[in-house]
Amino acid sequence: MATVNINGIDVKAREGMTVLDVAQSAGIYIPTLCYHPDLSTFGGCRVCMVEADGSAVTACRAPIKDGMVVRTDTERVNQMRRVNVELIMTNHDQDCQTCAKNNNCKLQEVCAFEGITPERMSRLRRVITNKEQDTSNPAFKRDFAKCITCGICVRTCEEINGVAAIDFAFRGYKTTISTIGNKPILESKCESCGECVERCPTGALVVKNQVVPEREVRTICSYCGVGCGLVLGVRGNRVVGVRGDRQNPVNQGHLCVKGRYGFGFINHPDRLKAPLVKKNGTLTETSWDEALTLISGKIKEFTDKHGPNSLAGLTSARCTNEDNYLFQKLFRFLGTNNIDHCARL
Amino acid sequence: MYDKQILICAGTGCISSGALDVKGSLEKELEKHNLQDKVRIILSGCHGFCEKGPIFIVYPEDIFYCGVTAEDMPELVEEYLVKGNIVDRLLYKDPITGESVTSHENIPFYRQQKRLVLRNCGVIDPENIDEYIIRDGYSGLKKSLQMDPKEIIDTVKNSGLRGLGGAGFPTGRKWETAYKIESDKKYVVCNADEGDPGAFMDRSVLEGDPHSVLEGLMIAGKAIGSDEAYVYVRAEYPLAVRRLRKAIAQAEEYGLLGENILNSGFNFKVNVKEGAGAFVCGESTALVISIEGKRGMPKPLPRPRTTEAGLWDKPTLLNNVKTLSVIPQIINNGADWFAGIGTEKCKGTAVFALTGKTNCSGLIEVPMGIKLGKIIHEIGGGIPGGKKFKAVQTGGPSGGCLPESKLDLAVDFDTLLQAGSMMGSGGMVVLDETTCMVDVARYFLNFTVEESCGQCTPCRSGTLQMLEILNDICEGNGREGDVELLLELGKSIIDSSICGLGKSAPNPVLSTIDYFRDEYEAHIKDKTCPALVCKNLIIYDIDQEACTGCGRCRKNCPAGAIAGDKKEPHVIDQEKCTKCAICYDLCPDRFSAVKCLTGEKITAMAKGGGN
Repeated sequence: MATVNINGIDVKAREGMTVLDVAQSAGIYIPTLCYHPDLSTFGGCRVCMVEADGSAVTACRAPIKDGMVVRTDTERVNQMRRVNVELIMTNHDQDCQTCAKNNNCKLQEVCAFEGITPERMSRLRRVITNKEQDTSNPAFKRDFAKCITCGICVRTCEEINGVAAIDFAFRGYKTTISTIGNKPILESKCESCGECVERCPTGALVVKNQVVPEREVRTICSYCGVGCGLVLGVRGNRVVGVRGDRQNPVNQGHLCVKGRYGFGFINHPDRLKAPLVKKNGTLTETSWDEALTLISGKIKEFTDKHGPNSLAGLTSARCTNEDNYLFQKLFRFLGTNNIDHCARL
Repeated sequence: MYDKQILICAGTGCISSGALDVKGSLEKELEKHNLQDKVRIILSGCHGFCEKGPIFIVYPEDIFYCGVTAEDMPELVEEYLVKGNIVDRLLYKDPITGESVTSHENIPFYRQQKRLVLRNCGVIDPENIDEYIIRDGYSGLKKSLQMDPKEIIDTVKNSGLRGLGGAGFPTGRKWETAYKIESDKKYVVCNADEGDPGAFMDRSVLEGDPHSVLEGLMIAGKAIGSDEAYVYVRAEYPLAVRRLRKAIAQAEEYGLLGENILNSGFNFKVNVKEGAGAFVCGESTALVISIEGKRGMPKPLPRPRTTEAGLWDKPTLLNNVKTLSVIPQIINNGADWFAGIGTEKCKGTAVFALTGKTNCSGLIEVPMGIKLGKIIHEIGGGIPGGKKFKAVQTGGPSGGCLPESKLDLAVDFDTLLQAGSMMGSGGMVVLDETTCMVDVARYFLNFTVEESCGQCTPCRSGTLQMLEILNDICEGNGREGDVELLLELGKSIIDSSICGLGKSAPNPVLSTIDYFRDEYEAHIKDKTCPALVCKNLIIYDIDQEACTGCGRCRKNCPAGAIAGDKKEPHVIDQEKCTKCAICYDLCPDRFSAVKCLTGEKITAMAKGGGN
């Protein structure tokens, strides 16, 4: 155990913790932008600067030492932090009201904490790059006018999903997050898992046509056998969004493209809600009783005539694990091992 | 047996001014006079006096011809090599006395210099290993192979050598750290990623004396227990890369590089890695990452030193070209010899690329502690055209501008840093009274803005903001409080940037504000550019009384902005004028009718109905 003094308060800490870890454990707020607890530290935004034993360090990276004296509120620290937030904000699209991340934006939070005012901002020159949005992906869009090049998306893609579809490109103020060859994201090796969208601290990566849910419902993804935990965003009687369930031990919040964005089928008008039976060459809606009677009759007919191995059962990944278990049990009871499933991602 | 040797400089500068044509023409002329067996031509590395290139020296007499062309060869061969008459018009003329100087040692540009790093540059044929060996080449290596690593390190430590890449870190201490760390693999890396505008010291050493760098690398390898080195060199230095590769091949052929060098059991391999020209890759961690094939971005603190965990996380000793090239001499001549040169805290010499408004410019090497004024006025030969000295910019884009009051400064790592500038990689740009200091700050800052790696906010966006403010000031749109804002931004960038590039980027602005704040104020408050440089703040006007209507300006104005009848005073249409200054330059001195005006004078002229 070590003791770190933050702003006059002694805080117990473990060796190996960073200044930020310790401050957060003691409920002391240090603004951050490029820091994300899921990822390795980057130290690029320079917003979490504090004074540790007199020298300016990034709280997110600086390891603590026993007896360390940390100050998060000196004039020097405040100036550095404020200037850096102003510099980021100057070239950030400031139309917050219509931004999908409004009230859920890390940059707003940090600006508010630093007390960034229009008066101070007006002293700086706006040098925005009018780069077009990348709307190629059907699920999300990339708005470069809102990107603060914190690199969270880059690290997410590499460290969480192991794809590394994006990285920093170009130099200086032209630095941007880019795919190989600066092509639209859809033409890259991006798997559209949306992990980066989930972590983007600003509105630079947002889900298209985002609707804010009125309530959330926990459930399990029905796409494949992994069984990821989902939190469905529901509005009225419609599912309007999905996020990964961080509490679920299976996926710990991570999702793939299907689980995160493939929820459109739920409320789709073409979705099957009743069994279909082919009558005179056309599939016709029918009742479960009629359908099941038909199926059991056929099963009996074929088993009698050709033996149980003339049967095969095909089940669906969209059924729950329990459904699928019962389905295979039923078919084995009928005497066949011919069972298959569409869960091949 | 040759009677004479002719050294033709084949550094990049002299090649650009036609050195290879000179060689071709000389060969032809020698054949014509049947002298090809009597005169040996050597293409040497850079002589430093690039401004007067191509340089052409005839030995054994040491006759220094400069600015020679292929067309001069028939005369030079006929008159000098055949008849023995010195061709006076091709000799160097002293800018003050106007007298011809025959021997290069008597030229003030060379007289004050002390050449250690540049010892062989311009003296030997860099593509011939034998010439290097004749000049004691590889004897330092031989000696070091019989020495204990500790002994080598102690020699380097006692010599007082400090890293000549600019930071001035004690070389011996760095070697000791690298030596002490235990690892199955260690690397030595030569930093040849010279990126400052106007700096060409490292390039000249690699082009003019590549073997000295290889020998330095090997001695370093022997000292720290490494068997492999990388030279990280800019791809924009093709000649340096080619000569380096050739030197490696020659050394390998002679058994001076490779397995079991000189039967000592010491193995060493040197790789060349061409960099893509990012200035930031001169920073140690970015350089290492770049060699690994990734995007060159400096690693933020806290991080292990490169010496502890560098290339592929192995202990890596990183030294600059100049530092490595002087190592063999230190081993050969001993620590005391080197420690006897320079000042108490900074030993040896400093290499500068002297450019700008001096009569003589080029590559120079001077002992540490030489007065700044001596470099500018004696080696540089003073300011041309009778203009007044204003400032000297040292340390490249990360350095600062020092005014006249600092000319007494004894140049070394520490004094320059204290004065608000730095040694840096050794750029030295002399500025005269016609230079606008705001404009100079803008020029250097523009470089760092473009070269910032972009990972940290202060360097990426802060330097751009500073540049935009400087642009506004130069264009007459400066606002009250801009200087204070520049100071605030500068301080914050220095305090919170990740690497040395960001931490030094505001220096050109801060040092010019420090010493020339009145010029900033003049631009902002009076909309005046005292040096008459910033186009938006000046106009050109023709003095109606002085103009005789010769028409020279009118005929040459590219914008067609000048009107006037023959022998009648001319006028400039300010709407059309692009302020190219051609009229100003062309107006004969005896009239000097074209005036450049700024600030109140423009207002006064407008009120007086000027044109």
